[in-house]
Amino acid sequence: MIDEVRQGFHRLRSLFRRARQDRELDAEMSAHLELAIEENLERGLSPAEARRQALVRFGGPQQVKESHREARGLPLLETLLQDFRFALRMLRRSPGFALVAIFCLTLGIGANAAVFSWMEGLLFRPYPAVAHQERLLALTGTAQADRTALSWPDFLDLQRNCKLFDAFFVSKIMGTTLSIGDRAQVATGSIVSSNYFPALGVHPILGRAFEPNEDVGRGAHPVTVISYQLWKERFAGDPQIIGKTQRMNGVLHTIIGVAPEGFYGTFVGWAMKFWVPASMEDTFEAGGYKLEDRGERWIEAYGRLKPGVSLEQAQQEVSAVAKRLETDYPATNRGHGVKLWPLWQTPFNNAGTLLPTLGIMLVVVVFVLLIACANVGNLLLVRSFARRHEITVRVAVGAGRKRLLQQLFIEGLVLSALAATGGLLIAHWSSHLLVLLLPVRNGNAMHLPGEMDWRVMALSAAVCLVSTLLFALLPAMQTSKVDLAATLRSEMAGVVHGRSKSWVRSGLVVVQVSLCFILLVGAGLLLQSLERIRSDSPGFSTQGTLVTAVNLSASGYEVQRAKSFQDELIDRVERLPGVESAALARLTPLGYGSFSSAPIVVDGYQPPPDERPSLDYNQVGPGYFATMGIPLGSGREFTRADNETAAPVAIVNETMAARYWPDKNPIGERLQVKDKWLRIVGVAKTSKYYSMREMPKPFFYVPLRQNFSVGAALNIRTKLRPQIMAGALSRELKAMDANLALYEVISLQEQLDRSTSAQKVAVTLTGVLAGLALVLAAIGLYGVMSYTVSQSTRELGLRMALGARTPELFRLVISRGLALTAGGILLGAAGALGLTRLLGYLLYKVSPRDPLAFGSAFLTLMVVSMIACFLPAWRATRVDPIVALRYE
Amino acid sequence: MGDKADVWQGTLALMILKTLETLGPLHGYGIARRIEQTSGDLLSLNYGTLYPALLKLEQEGSIESAWGVSDNNRKAKYYKLTSAGRRQLEREARDWRQAQAILAKFLSATEPST
Repeated sequence: MIDEVRQGFHRLRSLFRRARQDRELDAEMSAHLELAIEENLERGLSPAEARRQALVRFGGPQQVKESHREARGLPLLETLLQDFRFALRMLRRSPGFALVAIFCLTLGIGANAAVFSWMEGLLFRPYPAVAHQERLLALTGTAQADRTALSWPDFLDLQRNCKLFDAFFVSKIMGTTLSIGDRAQVATGSIVSSNYFPALGVHPILGRAFEPNEDVGRGAHPVTVISYQLWKERFAGDPQIIGKTQRMNGVLHTIIGVAPEGFYGTFVGWAMKFWVPASMEDTFEAGGYKLEDRGERWIEAYGRLKPGVSLEQAQQEVSAVAKRLETDYPATNRGHGVKLWPLWQTPFNNAGTLLPTLGIMLVVVVFVLLIACANVGNLLLVRSFARRHEITVRVAVGAGRKRLLQQLFIEGLVLSALAATGGLLIAHWSSHLLVLLLPVRNGNAMHLPGEMDWRVMALSAAVCLVSTLLFALLPAMQTSKVDLAATLRSEMAGVVHGRSKSWVRSGLVVVQVSLCFILLVGAGLLLQSLERIRSDSPGFSTQGTLVTAVNLSASGYEVQRAKSFQDELIDRVERLPGVESAALARLTPLGYGSFSSAPIVVDGYQPPPDERPSLDYNQVGPGYFATMGIPLGSGREFTRADNETAAPVAIVNETMAARYWPDKNPIGERLQVKDKWLRIVGVAKTSKYYSMREMPKPFFYVPLRQNFSVGAALNIRTKLRPQIMAGALSRELKAMDANLALYEVISLQEQLDRSTSAQKVAVTLTGVLAGLALVLAAIGLYGVMSYTVSQSTRELGLRMALGARTPELFRLVISRGLALTAGGILLGAAGALGLTRLLGYLLYKVSPRDPLAFGSAFLTLMVVSMIACFLPAWRATRVDPIVALRYE
Repeated sequence: MGDKADVWQGTLALMILKTLETLGPLHGYGIARRIEQTSGDLLSLNYGTLYPALLKLEQEGSIESAWGVSDNNRKAKYYKLTSAGRRQLEREARDWRQAQAILAKFLSATEPST
């Protein structure tokens, strides 16, 4: 062992002392010869004979030297270095080739690295300050096939009874208005369990984390840990911040800690500004105190597995606990389970919405990389052709096949290593690109950073290696098959050698075109889907309705004060010039946030034994349907008379009416919600509630006053533009209460557009990458066609001499190019028919075989390849037959 | 030198070490001649393998080299056994004898009985 180390050290050292060691060996060998000559002289030979015999006996000095060198150094490393230097020289000698090749590869590798870094930063390791993220799992409840939130008591039971987990912790996103100094700002925060920071292994840089008892007792612990960013930006990095207080949602909170830089909480998409313990739940969440109610499902939770525990084992344990809870608490838990999700499938944050988009992006960038590789492969083929002389000579002087391959591979590697460096830079710059494609909400941009860690680097390096193998070895295989005699003969004859090469090159172009076609079809389908989604009717009018909110709970309004405020607000808004109507609602459709949900009993409807009907509903104010432009099929709208003292009423949508009262008009029928009987007074047209993509779902409305919520959205029917309305609204608010901040004022169309931002990201990225692919494929086609023309000068000249006219030659070249394109399109169409189904989730009312998408991809490619062939074709017509026939 | 035997693989190092133990510090040519003479000129030494073998022994630390002057005033590289080399020689000589003894027994045993 020691000997080997010592020997290795000697060998490594000799790499750097090569010249000196060569000299020493020379001296040693000449000493040897002279000693031999002397001995021969002593034996009485003539000087010439003495010398001759000594030389004969010694054998080839070069061989001795070579074997000496091999024993001395690290031959593999030495030849690698040699090849590396040679590769650099070759690239310097043809900078044009090098630039185009590196450009193509940089785009290919860069696109891959960028998508890797997004997947790493958003799906696999979204919380960079947290250690061992691979052991984190997301946790949700299930009710039959549906996903639900979890209740606090269920969470505590999981925590107590599961042995395979290090910890369970809660993190529920919410928002507040922070007034610090003279600036009020909407900020996102999290309601967390007291073990949140220790469970993540995150330690505050100032102060402390929550203590175990701080998530117990209603409103008992008004304390908060603030983010590093908030501390720096809004508190100017005040070193004395600990112990100071900040009013949030009307309650003074003591700042007990500052989270470390780079910790943004645990919600993919938004950077948390502050954290409060679960005991403060009803200060920040609508719907009252829920910590002791097993039926109130509102939390989002995570678990950290013990090392070596698999997801399946953990799921079994969690399911067993859920089963026990079902028998122990049938009233609240029958039919409810608990499900674990790997972090990258987390359904309740933006990981879930971006997953399909990023999955498709991964396929798309691999395609772009393949197209880039085909381009570089083609360039290398052309060059290897130009270099056939050099390679033939190398083979003739005894270069081994292995060594030749090694050298070509190293040349490719140099190219792709340079490109990989550029690609990583591109990925680095585009790590915040996703945010640019997504809307800013209430002045807050989303937080969707890519992550360039060693895994991304390693993966990109692997991509670089694999693509080198793809593009460098194909031509290398071709050249290493060099038939010495044939090549030398062909050189003498001056005939273009290698029909096979031209079909390899054409094959590469066909592959490029086909990949490009698939991308274009994909981009076309996604674009159409987006347009269909955005132009589809959501069931309410998107024109002429604005939506905003005033966060009363954030400013500490209690119920009575909020009610009179809301009445006055509606009165004031309706008096504003240009306003047709205004109405409050707990939520607006297609926004973030979940509608209330409750089990229902319908008079005269006997549910099947396994069905426990539970529906979503919204609490809306008088005039809501008119303001939103939701038509009422029959019955009436809520009015101010539907208040606390009046008989409870409800409006159902058409889907609900059809399901529960299939044979009659439901008006006047009764519906039981949470022990209260409501009389149905109207039937509204079914609209979209959570997303544009949802199927018609049963839904109902109750008057806001009969099921009050302090926090409510304000809908305004007006022809005024949002900015103008915002100004007027701010003035009214200021007159009513100067401490209130107005949320963003946006049109319902904008709300709809925002709800489809995942599609928009997919469309934009696919579109950009498909465009890139198109450019790369055009370069490839152009390269092949112009090379073909330059190689067929003789043929073209001959045709001309035999009477072919210019248009005929032009057509000849163009038709060859288009034949390649057509082949590629055929192949691509076959591929696209199989692959576009993968878009599934992102397609909306568009068939994966949509003829328009296929047709426009076909047209685009045909036009682009015409353009790419035009210049080579034109050049073909300029061939002078005399020159061409004398050529070579 | 047509019917002279080539040096068997692996034995060259042992021969070099033994030569250096017997004669003390010696240059490459001297080692080569000594090996040939000791074998009664039955062995033909390929110089292409001698120098790499010397280098390998030096890298392993069994021998050391230094430039010196020969009897007739020639500058030459002299190799000398180190203490590690001495131990290696003892070990390899013992192994070799053992292998030889086993082979000898084997050869004499098989003839009559089977």
